[in-house]
Amino acid sequence: MTTPMTDIEPKITTSNLNLYYGAKQALHNITMSIPRNHVTALIGPSGCGKSTYLRTLNRMNDLIDSVRIEGDVFLEGTNIYGPDVDVVQLRKKIGMIFQKSNPFPKSIFDNVAYGPRINGIKDKRQLEEIVERSLKRAALWDEVKDDLHKSGLAISGGQQQRLCIARAVAVDPEVLLMDEPASALDPISTAKIEELMYELKSQYTIVVVTHNMQQAARVSDFTAFFYMGELIEYDLTKTIFTTPGKKQTEDYITGRFG
Amino acid sequence: MKRKFRIGEFLIEQAIRSIAFVSLAMIVLIIIFVFRETFPIFSSHNAAPSVIAKEEVQETYGEPTSSSSVSANKGVDAVEGDASLKNLTGREWQPVSGQPKFGLIPLIVGSLKVTLIAILIAAPFGILAALFTSVFAPRWAQELMKPAIEILAGIPSVVIGFFALIVLASFFQNVFGYTYRLNAFVGGVALSLAVMPIIYTITEDALTRVPKVMTEASLALGATKWQTALFVILPAATPGVFAAVLLGIGRAFGETMIVLMATGNAAMLSWNLFEPVRSMTATIGAEMAEVVFGDTHYNVLFLIGSILFAFAFTLNAIAEVFIRQRLMKRFEGI
Repeated sequence: MTTPMTDIEPKITTSNLNLYYGAKQALHNITMSIPRNHVTALIGPSGCGKSTYLRTLNRMNDLIDSVRIEGDVFLEGTNIYGPDVDVVQLRKKIGMIFQKSNPFPKSIFDNVAYGPRINGIKDKRQLEEIVERSLKRAALWDEVKDDLHKSGLAISGGQQQRLCIARAVAVDPEVLLMDEPASALDPISTAKIEELMYELKSQYTIVVVTHNMQQAARVSDFTAFFYMGELIEYDLTKTIFTTPGKKQTEDYITGRFG
Repeated sequence: MKRKFRIGEFLIEQAIRSIAFVSLAMIVLIIIFVFRETFPIFSSHNAAPSVIAKEEVQETYGEPTSSSSVSANKGVDAVEGDASLKNLTGREWQPVSGQPKFGLIPLIVGSLKVTLIAILIAAPFGILAALFTSVFAPRWAQELMKPAIEILAGIPSVVIGFFALIVLASFFQNVFGYTYRLNAFVGGVALSLAVMPIIYTITEDALTRVPKVMTEASLALGATKWQTALFVILPAATPGVFAAVLLGIGRAFGETMIVLMATGNAAMLSWNLFEPVRSMTATIGAEMAEVVFGDTHYNVLFLIGSILFAFAFTLNAIAEVFIRQRLMKRFEGI
């Protein structure tokens, strides 16, 4: 049960993915495919490997010295752990939103323009266009359009998280990885982020890690349940939450453990 | 639950409090002392210049001035033996002569020159080395470099001065072929050895304190390590880097032994980096022991001390105002 019954073309496929932190194995033989232009939620108790799995998809785990990875991750047929893959190029295609909003200590404008600038765009008009478009996509434009030169750290937590989404979107990625993007936000800001995911999936493939099962049920089309570093069940969200195939999945989503 | 008097607590609290006040009092007393010894310069103006001039004539230290020439000069430069404003702002420092000249300009310029050279060398090296250790270096290199550079900070300045005097001076003279073996450049380079570890350590701490999430955000956007270091980490650490450079300037300006040994100590006023200079600190260090107690010269040395004090205060004030209020606001969005 590693691919839901669907004929949607997969964007990312992982096969027999094993990951070790030193001697400790954190992911066991994960084989799953993530469908294009849909929201896929990864759920499971703390330490189950869902965030670790997410971070293998844009090779953020490379930053940790002791990590060793076996198996393959394909982005549209290209093995991203292949020897001739440029990590920098890869990360431009696969954007990431972190659990804690992390704007740079720069103005709102400079935050969003950061990605395009490092890609060599210098023209001011073009940058302004990108910033406006990205902020609109992140549903933040109306709130900040008059103070784009305010520090990115001076706005509210929910706005900061949407700023981070705008910043990620500004480099035109194909995939957005979200690592518990709303876990530190109030319900209203959370609702805004969820709404945003719904909007964004028409253009991006979204993978979201969440602790909040209602959130997974609300925003995702597919849900994968991880437990102890293994992929227990992966199916349509509707199926997972109504008629789960495995006892463990049922126990978790009904709140019997976790 | 009656209130209980704990004698141990009370004693310890009082002891700590008195120690804190004693150290504060010591600083205040030093300031008062320095300024009190400076003060006579400004009040002795009313003393008859002729009397002072006569005293000075008697005190010539083997200067081959015949009494006739002294009296001939007396009419014109009678005021020179005195520490008048005109004399203090003069371009010559000859405190021990028939007509002592207390021109502070060459000393101030000397100090600034050496400090400038030291900072121009130490700041880029220190900051780049810190950037390397905290961003690029593998773990083992980090663990090696930081303590190694910090040991450099622990080298007594007299050792650095000696090294500059014997090794650096000859080396640079061979390389550049200038006339004076000991000069501002040699002193500045030697001084940068003392300043660099300070800038390095504080910058490194500031860079390490930049939250990892910012580095990750930048890398996740497809930035290279170098772009991340230059456009995210370094700007985020600006207040710390700025503080590091200011402290470095303070250290360089106040350092005595290295400049005393390596700069040649001639109070020459020029912008040539390869000519000897005499810094303010080195002047105090070299002359204070031999000066006549209570003499004008003695007071002028204390005036130099006061200027150094004022400089240190200004530097700290800039650091405080600029870093606390402006940079912090900008970079932390408070």
